[in-house]
Amino acid sequence: MKITFPHMGNLYIAITGFLEELGVESVIPPKPSKAAINIGTTLSPESACLPLKVNIGDYIQALENGADTILMAGGVGPCRFGYYCEVQKEILKDAGYNFEMIVIEPPCGRPLTLLSKIRKLMGGASWTELYRAGRMAWQKLLAVDEIEKMAHFIRPREVERGSTSVIESKALKLIHSAKTLTELKEASYQGRKAFSALQVQEDRDVLKVGIVGEIYTILEPFVNLNTEQVLGHLGVQIERMIYMSDWVRANIIPDALPFLSSEHKRTAKLAKPYLNHFVGGDGLESIGKSVEYSYRGFDGVIHLFPLTCMPEIVAKSLLPTISSDLDIPITSLVLDEHTGEAGFITRLEAFVDLLRWRKAKGKTVANS
Amino acid sequence: MIVKVGIPRGLLYYDYIPLWKTFFERLGAEVIVSDATCKQTLDHGLRVTVDDACLPIKVYFGHVMNLCGRVDYIFAPRIVSVERRSYICPKFMGLPDMLRNILTDDEAPKIIDTCIDLSKGRGLVDGVLETGRHFTRDPIKIWWSYLKARSELIRYRKAVLAGQLPEQALTKKVMNHEPAELSVAVLGHSYNVYDSYTTMNLIKKLRQNNVAVLTAEMVPEPYIERELASLDKKELFWTLGKRILGAANYFHKAQRVDGIIHVASFGCGPDSLVGEIVTRQVRRAQDIPIMELNIDEHSGEAGILTRIEAFVDMVKWRKGL
Repeated sequence: MKITFPHMGNLYIAITGFLEELGVESVIPPKPSKAAINIGTTLSPESACLPLKVNIGDYIQALENGADTILMAGGVGPCRFGYYCEVQKEILKDAGYNFEMIVIEPPCGRPLTLLSKIRKLMGGASWTELYRAGRMAWQKLLAVDEIEKMAHFIRPREVERGSTSVIESKALKLIHSAKTLTELKEASYQGRKAFSALQVQEDRDVLKVGIVGEIYTILEPFVNLNTEQVLGHLGVQIERMIYMSDWVRANIIPDALPFLSSEHKRTAKLAKPYLNHFVGGDGLESIGKSVEYSYRGFDGVIHLFPLTCMPEIVAKSLLPTISSDLDIPITSLVLDEHTGEAGFITRLEAFVDLLRWRKAKGKTVANS
Repeated sequence: MIVKVGIPRGLLYYDYIPLWKTFFERLGAEVIVSDATCKQTLDHGLRVTVDDACLPIKVYFGHVMNLCGRVDYIFAPRIVSVERRSYICPKFMGLPDMLRNILTDDEAPKIIDTCIDLSKGRGLVDGVLETGRHFTRDPIKIWWSYLKARSELIRYRKAVLAGQLPEQALTKKVMNHEPAELSVAVLGHSYNVYDSYTTMNLIKKLRQNNVAVLTAEMVPEPYIERELASLDKKELFWTLGKRILGAANYFHKAQRVDGIIHVASFGCGPDSLVGEIVTRQVRRAQDIPIMELNIDEHSGEAGILTRIEAFVDMVKWRKGL
């Protein structure tokens, strides 16, 4: 069994960590690129949302490289993502590929199905090994998030442009290749050390911007045209609405442990004056987090989502009200396979200009 | 003074209007349904919605604007789910919030935004009582009105099952058609299929071409359930998508139709996936033709007409007519 899975940002590091620990062979698809999008758009329904298309590109490249099993997440709606697996199966079947798809999804009253899927994934491994694999994946997630958070903080302050990204990718590579928890610790330490050795300009006037929106577009740098990096180079420190470890904490760890999911409840509470109901996907979180960022004194919020994403369209309809009520600039940027890089970057630059201008104006008002 | 309740002629209007109308009338309110969709409806809707919203949402907002100034209440429930383990669509779940965002004026009608969520098999009683409480405090009267309204809805659904289009079933006008040479299934969400403005008179045009039209609402629920159960697929979680997928399979397997037209609005999330599954299945069988008709606010009538004619010609040619 050679398992592959779709890309989403740096998630592959945790998944391969998990599979390696279980002793299952995995095929990592090449990082999303123009090639993946081209394959995806040729085979997928035109009006499907972008993640589905990029997934198809990932799968096909991995199947060509020898994978025979696809590991995919499912869902119970109402977001389209929950039905991706069925449509993707049909597309790949019609394209003439032979494969098996293991869909991991919330059990919804059928815990045995989930169990049998996990069994299949485990192969001959024991429960202790499964526990170890889970622990390894979780530690890798935490390590990746730590590096990413540091990069978000340091990038706008770096002296030599691009130096943060170099260290970040080196650190991620080390984490990826770590085989044991000790090696992982060492990798994290190396990353931290490299960051602290980096030359930074401490007094730089840095803007703070929150990034909200649909999880895939936020996390996958190829799809969001490197928003994080572009903003960092413009002197903007960002905070993402979702870090992978938080997401796992909120979604995979059951609600039976209420003290862990309180973060989610707090976001829903903040969103309440504007959106009073869960709308699938990350729509409610986008609203709640935008409110939170405004309370925390951020300079602005950027809302990213793929074209026709239903939950985020609801969010987009409501964000202008939040923006005027709470006096925080919010911009919604829609991404799809046709988004041109130059146009997108221009919009980001214009938004950052606006934020700088507002900040400067705010200062003069305060001084006078 | 009689309270006036406005019901927008959009979204689930064609699925539930007899229920809603009778319910409010029984409670002593005057029901005003917005005017039929026209260019002005769409123009108004476009002005108050984000451009990413889908056509039915834009049309719905146009209908709401049409009611503003004429009514005291607008009935815009948050319909999360009407059956177990299924949803309608995320946009329905955020609908009252989006509406409240545009009806900020003090003069604007109040929104009756009862949350209907039957996904866990309960919530109907609360929903009905909460809606009725806007008009009376007497729970028995509310429930009685609901039961009357429901029997009205059942009568309407029976008429549609018997092959009448909703418009006819509502006006209780029986229309006789000349026997048609062909029959085509027009599948899609009711608010697209039956809205003659947004679909550019699709059904009428088919009839003019001597084609009998069957829709998903004309397939009995048990048949749809049976078809869905026979599929080797994960259970769908969109009520409207289920109906389309089940009806398509039923029409296809029972050889009731000579062709299928799938009507979807551009950017419809559920339909982009359900439509894909339906099309792939029908195409694989290679027995009847299927056409995907995407509509949006820019659809040109001439283009749609040409496509319909071409489709009908092809169906005729395949049947050797």
